[in-house]
Amino acid sequence: MAAEAPLIERTLPGGSGRLLSRWGGAAWQYMPAVVLLVALVGLWELLVEVLDTRPYILPAPSAIWEALLDKGHLLPNHIQATATEAVLGLLAAAVGGVILAVLISSIPLAQRVLYPIIVTSQTVPAIVLAPLLIVWVGIGLESKLIVVALVGFFPIVVSTVDGLASADRDMVALVRSMGASKLGVLRHVLVPSAVPGFFAGLKIAAAYSVIGAVIAEWVAAKEGLGIFIIRSQASFRIDQIFVAIAVIALLSIALFVAVHLLARVASPWKYANDQGENGS
Amino acid sequence: MSEAAVAIRGLRHTFPGDRPVEVLDGVDLEAAPGAFVSLVGPSGCGKSTLLQVLAGLLAPDAGESLIEGRSTVGEPGLAAFMPQKDLLLPWRKAIGNAVLGAEIAGTPKDEAREQAMSLLERFGLAGFEESWPSQLSGGMRQRLALLRTFLVPRHVLLLDEPFGALDAITRREMHQWLQEVWASDARTVLFVTHDVEEALILSDEVYVMTPRPAQIAARLAIDYPRPRLPSIVTEPEFVADKARLLAALDGGLSPERSA
Repeated sequence: MAAEAPLIERTLPGGSGRLLSRWGGAAWQYMPAVVLLVALVGLWELLVEVLDTRPYILPAPSAIWEALLDKGHLLPNHIQATATEAVLGLLAAAVGGVILAVLISSIPLAQRVLYPIIVTSQTVPAIVLAPLLIVWVGIGLESKLIVVALVGFFPIVVSTVDGLASADRDMVALVRSMGASKLGVLRHVLVPSAVPGFFAGLKIAAAYSVIGAVIAEWVAAKEGLGIFIIRSQASFRIDQIFVAIAVIALLSIALFVAVHLLARVASPWKYANDQGENGS
Repeated sequence: MSEAAVAIRGLRHTFPGDRPVEVLDGVDLEAAPGAFVSLVGPSGCGKSTLLQVLAGLLAPDAGESLIEGRSTVGEPGLAAFMPQKDLLLPWRKAIGNAVLGAEIAGTPKDEAREQAMSLLERFGLAGFEESWPSQLSGGMRQRLALLRTFLVPRHVLLLDEPFGALDAITRREMHQWLQEVWASDARTVLFVTHDVEEALILSDEVYVMTPRPAQIAARLAIDYPRPRLPSIVTEPEFVADKARLLAALDGGLSPERSA
């Protein structure tokens, strides 16, 4: 309608320069963190040098770098093993978490029965569970997947349940007035309402999944960063342990960022107004 | 004689609770097929409750609620319902919201989409089909919610204060526009509002409700020629009818009302 014309300018944000400035903005935003990190590593190098610390107590960053160059060829297999466990375990956590969340939200009895058990399950430390699982399902991939899934499913269940509960009751009524079945209400309103919550939980799970995998490997494994750490420790190669720590951190961050990007793809409406997306 | 498109007989409802609220106290109402019928009443008098019963979302304590002869009790989906809030689904683009009701009613996706696309122009949404609801203005959101309601393949439309949230100028435009859309569509409309002028401009018949617990205080047939322009509000006949409706509303407000 003619009266709406001025609005076109208002509702279509952004121009071609928008994406560029967004990346520039991100770089600027993380600059202080990078500067601080570099400064801390520099200070570490300096202190090790000045205090003449033994390398089997605390190696200098430069020594860790050398260890990476020296033993780096051993890492890809370990990284692949740990990453596989983390990703597959996260997947299992997501599937299991969503199923539990739907059960809890749609069946009152399930909520009363399952919620306390789920919360209790989180009070058992993964490090205690890992050896038991190895006894039960063996040293292979399965025991690691279970540990990662057990660490990861909890935040997914909790935030997906919250997401499902956050659905607008009036929207549910509207869709029902259109003659939708229970399944239709779930599909058209409840599930989309829960998407942001699900991804919030998945992000937390992703951040913990690599640690979960490492802990599981720690107890017993043929390959993986956990076993790499155990072996390094046994031979007093503290520098190699630090290499493993750095790799674990990078792996966790990569997984977290991947989930974040996935969330953007899966819930484009949440980002519509800062993407410069428009309808004309 | 044709069957009424909407028929309400002796409708009673009380919301239970610590302090039960008696909302509807024997309401009778009828709308002929193709008629535009308005329901005017003070805020909180139970107009929305009545529409919820007709939409099949609420089972009344007593009385009949029929859409084209079928009881709506426990059976949603007989009429196309537009609640007060636009309730656009934020995760669907404009076009996706437009076809929601049609999709649920089982219209094939492509067909619903095609139908929606052909109506975008008339609903002032051309070019915005790929926009997210959060990118639309209040007036556009309301028209999109109306389009969604129109696309539900039902003969009866239940509109709950569709223009309540709009400013006076946009509202006047919408009145003209809704008349055109309705005239070309030939469906029955039950239109809830608390605005007497709005009801007079749009309707073939106006029902006035008393405050809670609601009864029908007055029923007035409106037969001004169509289309009715905004200037109609100063015509003597219009002014007289407005005075009549306002008197009925005020009569309902006094404690000793005559139903």
